Amino acid sequence: MPKDSGIGASSKRREDIRFLTGTGNYTDDINLNGQAYVAFLRSDVAHGTLNGVDSSAAAGMPGVVRIFTGADFEGVGGLPCGWQVTDRHGQPMQEPAHPVLAQGKVRHVGDPIAAVVAETAAQARDAADAINADITELPAVVDMSAALAEGSPKVHDDLTSNLCYDWGFVEENKDAVAAAIDGAHHVTTLELVNNRLVANPMEPRVAVGDYAAHNGESTLYTTSQNPHVIRLLMGAFVLGIPEHKLRVVAPDVGGGFGSKIFHYAEEAFCTFAAKAIKRPVKWTSTRSEAFITDAHGRDHVTKIELALDAEGKFLALRTDTLANMGAYLSTFSTSVPTWLHGTLMAGNYTTPLIYVNVKAVFTNTVPVDAYRGAGRPEATFQLERVIDKAAREMGIDPVELRRRNFIQPDQFPYATPVAVEYDTGNYDATMDKALALADWDGFEARAAESAANGKWRGRGVNSYIEACGIAPSALVGQLGARAGLYESATVRVNATGGLVVMTGSHSHGQGHETAFPQVIAEMIGIDESMVEIVHGDTANTPMGMGTYGSRSIAVGGSAMVRAAEKIINKAKKIAAHLMEASDADVELANGEFTVAGTDKSVAWGDVCLAAYVPHNYPLEDIEPGLEETAFYDPANFTYPAGAYICEVEVDPGTGQVSIERFTAADDFGNVINPMIVEGQVHGGLGQGIGQALLENCVYDENGQLVSGSFMDYAMPRADDLPNFTVDHSCQTPCTHNPLGVKGCGEAGAIGSPPAVVNAVVDALQRGGKDVTHIDMPLSPSRVWSAMNS
Amino acid sequence: MTSVSMTVNGKPVSGDVEGRTLLSSFLRDGQGLTGTHVGCDTSQCGACVVHVNGQAVKSCTMFAAEAAGAEVTTIEGMANADGSLGTIQQAFQDYHGLQCGFCTPGMVMSAAALLAENPSPSEAEVRHYLEGNICRCTGYHNIVRAIMAASGQEVPAVAAE
Repeated sequence: MPKDSGIGASSKRREDIRFLTGTGNYTDDINLNGQAYVAFLRSDVAHGTLNGVDSSAAAGMPGVVRIFTGADFEGVGGLPCGWQVTDRHGQPMQEPAHPVLAQGKVRHVGDPIAAVVAETAAQARDAADAINADITELPAVVDMSAALAEGSPKVHDDLTSNLCYDWGFVEENKDAVAAAIDGAHHVTTLELVNNRLVANPMEPRVAVGDYAAHNGESTLYTTSQNPHVIRLLMGAFVLGIPEHKLRVVAPDVGGGFGSKIFHYAEEAFCTFAAKAIKRPVKWTSTRSEAFITDAHGRDHVTKIELALDAEGKFLALRTDTLANMGAYLSTFSTSVPTWLHGTLMAGNYTTPLIYVNVKAVFTNTVPVDAYRGAGRPEATFQLERVIDKAAREMGIDPVELRRRNFIQPDQFPYATPVAVEYDTGNYDATMDKALALADWDGFEARAAESAANGKWRGRGVNSYIEACGIAPSALVGQLGARAGLYESATVRVNATGGLVVMTGSHSHGQGHETAFPQVIAEMIGIDESMVEIVHGDTANTPMGMGTYGSRSIAVGGSAMVRAAEKIINKAKKIAAHLMEASDADVELANGEFTVAGTDKSVAWGDVCLAAYVPHNYPLEDIEPGLEETAFYDPANFTYPAGAYICEVEVDPGTGQVSIERFTAADDFGNVINPMIVEGQVHGGLGQGIGQALLENCVYDENGQLVSGSFMDYAMPRADDLPNFTVDHSCQTPCTHNPLGVKGCGEAGAIGSPPAVVNAVVDALQRGGKDVTHIDMPLSPSRVWSAMNS
Repeated sequence: MTSVSMTVNGKPVSGDVEGRTLLSSFLRDGQGLTGTHVGCDTSQCGACVVHVNGQAVKSCTMFAAEAAGAEVTTIEGMANADGSLGTIQQAFQDYHGLQCGFCTPGMVMSAAALLAENPSPSEAEVRHYLEGNICRCTGYHNIVRAIMAASGQEVPAVAAE
């Protein structure tokens, strides 16, 4: 019988009410008294010398308040990168300056050159269009291999080359891996592209800066996944505002998927300009602007080699990757192809020797950073593609080949050769579940039916693992992170028994306002409606690192549990006093404190009231009040894993792929709200299938973004996607967080692309075509070309 | 500037607009009806769908002046008279048909238009009709189920367990 409340219940989302009635409070819904509007003049060339900016005509146009150029920001810091990668020779990465407005050069289409602040948004746009930027165009650096070639134009003149870093992992394993590959029975090699993507949350970015002259406080309202991180980065590194004079508010945020983690120039600009003109300043991105300013995702070019023995046991794995950084280092860009990618190359397998080389490259394109999965989709895609290819080459069933190499349940905790230790997992269990739900054994009958209809049916399987719940601060500090990665929560109990949880996690679609109270309700035994979640405002939440990497419930939820445990311990002392018992004998269940072996009891609400009206209270031992804060720093990552199966039909006449079935069997550990978890998987699958079949961010050789709108960039529509079969019943709870949870936000986007491509390759093979790989997206033209080449 | 008057969610409203003022801007900035969202500038995403004289319209693709005299319904006008969620809104909550909520107003307005012209659509018809509404969060799975449920058709319960 499903639960109707607490942990494990599919509680309906309370935030839905405001979203369904048009009463949400997104950043663009915020309008402050006296607000002015900003429009940016952006570079329309990919690379050029900025000789000067003539804004004389624009300055006299109606409504113009002030025009800013790079010169206004000469005394201001640049946008910082939050992760320093050390290369394989022990040297720090090359780290260029990233000015708020361009200074001296423009480095990608969309690079901001000047900003007009005006009375209306239309006046600001009109005036920005009248500014004349004198740019001498330079050859654009677009292709990564060309960018690394001797004599290539440099994106940053003050760097030695376009190479940000040359990273080797684990460098000490390099020779042993090479020897194992050289001596192996079989080596499967695959070269592939992990296509560049645009996150495209449906809400474009918005920033509203405000300055209060009476107390010198700046406030930024912004579309962010992590307001405290923005406060820290912008305050400390860009504008020099102490944190106690800077408030960052991220209200309702319309999706993020990684792209709203980062600190962007427009945020710093609006905060800076509001203080300069003593008026609120608002910027609302258009979608066209989003395409050329939001950090892009993926964009890896990889060669992977898998060495196997005669029985198909994996002996060694070697990868060489070029990772595009774009023109500047976005906030967490450098960590994505390294620590979020190389550390996952063991997958679910016992491969003993692994070496990962990544060269990160500057190009004249929009900066690239984390997008849903961030490094882990890139790792999973290459690994699960090369395994499939190896299975075909060696004549071993692809499921069987994976099973022969799975880490077994009795091997946990399992230390991989790439620095991480998996705590729990059962990869055969999720594979069994996926095969059953997908009716794997019934495939041939369906394939015959497809054939009768003139279609080729294929199926693809994959098994993925990811690392979530980032992360132990001490570990990431060693790896180059310039921040801690704990999470925080304050639990405030009111005198009348209701609770408010102030969390550093941020919800932008994940349903924290519903799921977090389920945990508290379960712990205390009260109704979920007695718990309210506050998030998204640095003024009323404790310092937190925000939401990304599927970390909210694993890290933020754990912080909340720790704070709630402190509350319960204190409440038990109060209850013991009221019941004249020893607090060690007090138990809490169903919202009532009792004394074991007696009929004494006191209600939760009475204890809360006593805490704030301490007439009869152990004041000698404890303070009045019932409010506690906890910071939780995880001992390890969490390791969600699962098996995905995709079944496709390919039209041999056109190359059109249609997904007929998609099955996802995930192990997320314990689950708080199954409805929300399944929704997260659906969304991830939509994005992963979008990457596999539709989405592609394309630059031409001049660095012009060809896919710069929803007319050119193929976002998945409802009729592009199938119904999904998802399951999370295989649960090996995390051993090192109090909820036993692992995180579910990115799994779908990580596990689905290889399943889709494996299925299409299978369909073509069954159709008699010797196709071993097609680069994503598998558009009809690419599939048709592959089958007819 | 010209003055424009129309009926929005049953109430007469008017305001001064430029020729280039879009209906979406008139509703959001002029009337404070911020439930109508703008997610793109090429008429693709559908977050701004409202009803104009009963027809689903992308309000970013219509000038405010063109709506003079029209009956306009926005997401703010979709609840029941007592303030409770309307049938489609309730189905979206029941079937978890929304996550971040940004595309949701347009989805609900498109769904209402679909069910007005086709009260019992097939799943394929629902998916086809939503071609002009992009959602990045849900993979559409639960949106489709919500609309099917709102039409009174049998839909499996949300969440397997």
